[in-house]
Amino acid sequence: MIKSLIGMPALLGEHMMFRMIAIVAGLGLALAAPAETQAPRKGGTIRMTAPYGSSFTSLDIHTTQRAQDEIYAKALHRSLYIWNSAEGKPVLELAKEDVVSGGGLVHTFKLRDDAYFHNGRKMTADDVIWSYNRIMDGTKAYPGARFVRVIEGAAAVEKGQAKEISGLKKIDDFTVEMKLTEKVDPGFYFFTALTSIYPADEAAKESFIQKPIGLGPFKFVEHVPGSRIVLERWDRFYKPGKPYADKVIVSIMGEAAARDVAFRNKEIDTSVLGPAQYVAYQSDADLKGTIVEVAEVFTRYMGMNPSFKPFTDKRVRQAINYAIDTDLIINKLVKGKAYRATSWLPLTSPAYDKAMKPYPYDPAKAKQLLSEAGYPSGFEFEWTTSQNESWGLPIVSAVIPMLDKVGIKAKVKQVETAVLAEVVRSGDYQAFIYSQATGPDPQAALKCFHSSTPQPACNYMNYKNADFDKLIDAAGQADDAAKRTELLQKANALLYEEAPVWFFNYNKAVMAVQPWLKGVQLNATELTHQNVEDLWVDETSPAK
Amino acid sequence: MLSFLLRRLLQTIPTVLAVVLLVFVLFSVVPGSIVSSMSDDSDPQVELRMKKQLGLDDPLYLRFGVYIAKLVTGDFGTSFRTREPVTTMIAKRAWPTLQLIFTAMTFAILIGVPLGFIAALKPGGIVDTLAMVLAVSGLSIAKFWLGLVLMYLFALKLGWLPSFGYGDGGLKYLLLPAVTLGVSPMALFARTTRAAVLEIMTADFVRTARSKGMSETRVVKWHVMRNALVIILTTVGLQFGGLMGQAVVVEKLFSWPGIGSLLVDSVLQRDIPAVQGSILVVVLAFLAINLLIDVLYGVIDPRIRYA
Repeated sequence: MIKSLIGMPALLGEHMMFRMIAIVAGLGLALAAPAETQAPRKGGTIRMTAPYGSSFTSLDIHTTQRAQDEIYAKALHRSLYIWNSAEGKPVLELAKEDVVSGGGLVHTFKLRDDAYFHNGRKMTADDVIWSYNRIMDGTKAYPGARFVRVIEGAAAVEKGQAKEISGLKKIDDFTVEMKLTEKVDPGFYFFTALTSIYPADEAAKESFIQKPIGLGPFKFVEHVPGSRIVLERWDRFYKPGKPYADKVIVSIMGEAAARDVAFRNKEIDTSVLGPAQYVAYQSDADLKGTIVEVAEVFTRYMGMNPSFKPFTDKRVRQAINYAIDTDLIINKLVKGKAYRATSWLPLTSPAYDKAMKPYPYDPAKAKQLLSEAGYPSGFEFEWTTSQNESWGLPIVSAVIPMLDKVGIKAKVKQVETAVLAEVVRSGDYQAFIYSQATGPDPQAALKCFHSSTPQPACNYMNYKNADFDKLIDAAGQADDAAKRTELLQKANALLYEEAPVWFFNYNKAVMAVQPWLKGVQLNATELTHQNVEDLWVDETSPAK
Repeated sequence: MLSFLLRRLLQTIPTVLAVVLLVFVLFSVVPGSIVSSMSDDSDPQVELRMKKQLGLDDPLYLRFGVYIAKLVTGDFGTSFRTREPVTTMIAKRAWPTLQLIFTAMTFAILIGVPLGFIAALKPGGIVDTLAMVLAVSGLSIAKFWLGLVLMYLFALKLGWLPSFGYGDGGLKYLLLPAVTLGVSPMALFARTTRAAVLEIMTADFVRTARSKGMSETRVVKWHVMRNALVIILTTVGLQFGGLMGQAVVVEKLFSWPGIGSLLVDSVLQRDIPAVQGSILVVVLAFLAINLLIDVLYGVIDPRIRYA
């Protein structure tokens, strides 16, 4: 049944395919929890975990782009759009309607008139405009500026050349006109917490950072730095009957082993699993049914520097893809906690082409290509890596003997993750292994390889290809969604052929969810980011 | 006494300055920058603006000068990550760390010192052998592993204690992390006490006391214990400093909101002001405790003069 479902996406619309993959991935959970159909229960406490570090960065969500911080922000704040996991796309959240005009550049948003901040004040167009202007304050360098910059005049505010974004106009208290610089779907730009709408009057105060006020389904109660954030139900939340739970506790738990004990001890409701735990949970009859998994929009790869001579030749780059037994590494080392990458766009991308096949493991073909490229005896290169268990040193160590078989010697240069980010941006490498966001917007993901994209932005391989540029430019101009998808698929196929990277895998995000927690969404942008108002706990939850 | 205290306080100034300089230079030259972790922005101007805003584009000597000038007024700077004053961040974390360290130390002293004492009174006996096996084990066990074992046993299997978190800061939440942190100093205190007592038991003044007909209880109480305490106290003082470093692992494992976990995240994200502030607080605490120990020497053994 599953196979026949997977075979259908060619007949489906772009977002339907995304949805289908999410459904298949979550089938295990659905089978394990037949009670999903029961009516949501009001009350109780949801106990989530924040697994990506020892603390939250800040309670001012405009200042932080860490996935860790967005976990609590999904309960506390709201943006103009929200990610709809079932549909696999951003949908309107703080607006009821978006009327597009001006050749696709002007969006007129009819805002909700029933959205109240946690201080009881109603949200208006002024708050939206104030928030976006705040994010564009160039002296503060807010990370969300890269999204707001798509509004006309935003860059001028950032550079200090204007005081307000000219492309934002208040029509009335609940109507905002937004003029964009490019013909893009604004949903992809305004759905994360980085562009949350703040209350203009309160957010300007110093106290806001200690006691934040948002529009989300839960209001702030307490932050114990390095330990937890506690939030309680906001009764004036605009979605009728929601949220279901009375309270949300987000505990900071950076240690996987500690999370494992706490999850087994029923002290937490969710726990992100690494490869080793994924295997352990699968083989445990009591825990197997708690697993939820989704193909996240992250691609893991080895980037090759085109200014390092051997890598200038496409045949050498292809040879590396043929020389590595990627399936073996995914199955044995990553313990199956990843999906084999074919090209750049991940499985859950609307422009993913299911007809594409990954490079097969073929050392003979790799040797042949190396000979044709003038490297019959191979060559040596330096491979910069972090210690990450899923896309770092363990993977590099497993690949080295495979490359050695075809004559390629790799020397490891190990650095910290923070340093790797700088190395990658600066181009100071021969090769590196990395994990990069490749969605949810396929156009933005592929644009990283456009020659106009600077290397420090996301064109880390400093890739330049005129044919590729044409395809991306054409996709940007296409009004028809199907035509755009077709062009993006062609661009993705061209990347496959050009092989600027070794296509390793797409992340399979895995989370264990207690049987009493219902409504978990298979969010391909980040599984831990849950629309908390849709979650609820049944009466078997030990937390009262 | 007062002049001794003043002299010791003045002696700490070069130590503090050396630490400040070392940490500042170290985190200025190591690769990696806060800017990379804070933004993926495509606009190179953003990185420049961010560096300017954080003062990272100023020359090193100027940054150091500004830092020192602020430091003498008690201003540890503003965190790059949270944009909060570092003093506020540390103040929020100081109490949980103190709770953890003092509870761990209390556990270590209450168990380790008597154990070492009892072991030394009958060397080679069954208590001595068991105590020393325990001590060697305690010193060898990795804290991370021990913490997990304790969690598994007392939270998962017995259900007596929560496995993680700060809760209301009460003893229920404190016990497991404190014991995890305290086992290694407990083992060290047991070994140190045993060695000190054994050495003192064979000293001339102890032999003299016995030959004068003093009861064994009085010998142990008046001569052995008091002399051993000086050595034990020195070890305790040094261990306080060690515990502050070791607390990093324990706090992270148990989601305990102390300075250790603040330090870990600050180092990983190159939040230089927070790192400098945290390390400085740890160093100051270490110096203060050692000063206290020096004062206590004189109380325990009046022969020690503050010359």
